[in-house]
Amino acid sequence: MPSANAIPFFPTAGALALRLAPLAPLSFAAARLARSLGRRHPALFKRLGDQTGKTFLLDPTDLPFAFLLSPRPEAPGLKAVRRSSAGSWDARIAGSLAALIGLVHGAYDGDALFFSRDLVIEGDTEAVLALRNAIDNEEIDLARETAALFGPFESVALRPAHGLAALAARWTGVAFKRPERGTWE
Amino acid sequence: MTVGQALELVCPAGTPAALRAAVEAGAHAVYCGFNDETNARNFPGLNFSREEMAEAIAFAHRHGAKVLVALNTFPRAGAFSQWSAAVDDCARFGADAVILADLGLLEDASRRHPGLRLHLSVQAAAANADAINFYVRTFGVKRIVLPRVLTVQEIAAINREIEAETEVFIFGGLCVMAEGRCSLSSYATGKSPNMNGACSPASHVEYREEGGALVSRLGGFAIHRVAAGQPAPYPTLCKGVFEAGDYKGHVFEDPVSLDAAALIPQLAEAGVTALKIEGRQRSRAYTEAVVRSFRRALNDHAAGRPIAAGELRALTEGQQTTAGAYRKTWR
Ligand code: SF4
Repeated sequence: MPSANAIPFFPTAGALALRLAPLAPLSFAAARLARSLGRRHPALFKRLGDQTGKTFLLDPTDLPFAFLLSPRPEAPGLKAVRRSSAGSWDARIAGSLAALIGLVHGAYDGDALFFSRDLVIEGDTEAVLALRNAIDNEEIDLARETAALFGPFESVALRPAHGLAALAARWTGVAFKRPERGTWE
Repeated sequence: MTVGQALELVCPAGTPAALRAAVEAGAHAVYCGFNDETNARNFPGLNFSREEMAEAIAFAHRHGAKVLVALNTFPRAGAFSQWSAAVDDCARFGADAVILADLGLLEDASRRHPGLRLHLSVQAAAANADAINFYVRTFGVKRIVLPRVLTVQEIAAINREIEAETEVFIFGGLCVMAEGRCSLSSYATGKSPNMNGACSPASHVEYREEGGALVSRLGGFAIHRVAAGQPAPYPTLCKGVFEAGDYKGHVFEDPVSLDAAALIPQLAEAGVTALKIEGRQRSRAYTEAVVRSFRRALNDHAAGRPIAAGELRALTEGQQTTAGAYRKTWR
């Protein structure tokens, strides 16, 4: 497992450029991703139990915007927001983009990031734990999930998605693809 | 146990994904529990449904690993059938053992499932040979998970006087009280770790950043304030900072984690059968890293090579480790 000390930060130049970018297209893509994730990983909602009604502010501290996640089983939502207009949330999970994505990919341990202060948690701790555990069990690969947005062309889109993820990883240091592990049946 | 026999590595799994990661990383046995009050790690989003447990046991068996199911809380009065039904399910799914703490449940399981292997949970706090022999003779318990309050010499003395295997904690979070007898969390939250299954339940924990410092509260009590850049601890009261007379600091225990990798040869010499890694509440990344490291350590020990210790510090609470009571230096 990579050491928490080695977590990269998103390049400042990139973050500055993103400050000017409109959030609507990002929100559109994020919403589609959330719906697709919900369809492909229904067990997420089971693990979340009564926490599906909560709203989470996912806050990549090295980016100029954050995401509001509402994991409702009937209509999961994910929306990009400016911090100043994020509105109300039940729990905030903040850290560098690489730390947050590394958690989704199971590359980092949430408690270890909390101990090292690379991860900040605020608000409803129960909801945060439920979300963390639910995601950890799903063994999600965000590059694969993005490819899945192409429906029947998923297998065709997977190679370019992983290629793009590798390219973006080289530039930003963020692992957009899940590290390869065993696949025992 | 015969000295010189290979040590068994018993690894934690809070989810089916963590169980698979543990087995792939070289666990000889994995311990886990159901997603209810029968389990002393009854945390939100964690643990196994009945269906997941049956699948997990089948998966582990396909890959030559054992599954030990922890039903290690104390049944609430009037709700015994919930615990008893959990034992039935473990027997039905082919669990390799159940880890129990309660006398009534041990009696029930030994009577109704004579073929089911019983392990005594650390929660039972059996810390001397007489207590252990009582469990062995009365219920046929095959293995005792020893409390984390014993020195290596005491463990060796116990092993000389009992007819059962012993399992000891080798790595992970430390609960400093004689197991099953701590009321700190119950006092602050109204929920008992021993009956509801969670010390410092997340529903009662609050973190807040105050002027760069991280303030943790449990049930409304501020239990520590950590300056920016300093390692954060779990929100457990035993690791809190309190004022007692003129003293202000960690009254019970510092926020450190157990790492007894360097003591593997001595523990083997003391007749221990199995080494247990704590951390069912942790992610599969933790499970994978810790299990892999300890499996390597056991292989090194078996081959007579020196054991690399301390490589897992970044994963631990307080980012500091201790050999705990194995080398006792009480405050
Ligand atoms: S407060 Fe500390 S000693 Fe007490 S049960 Fe919790 S972890 Fe164990």
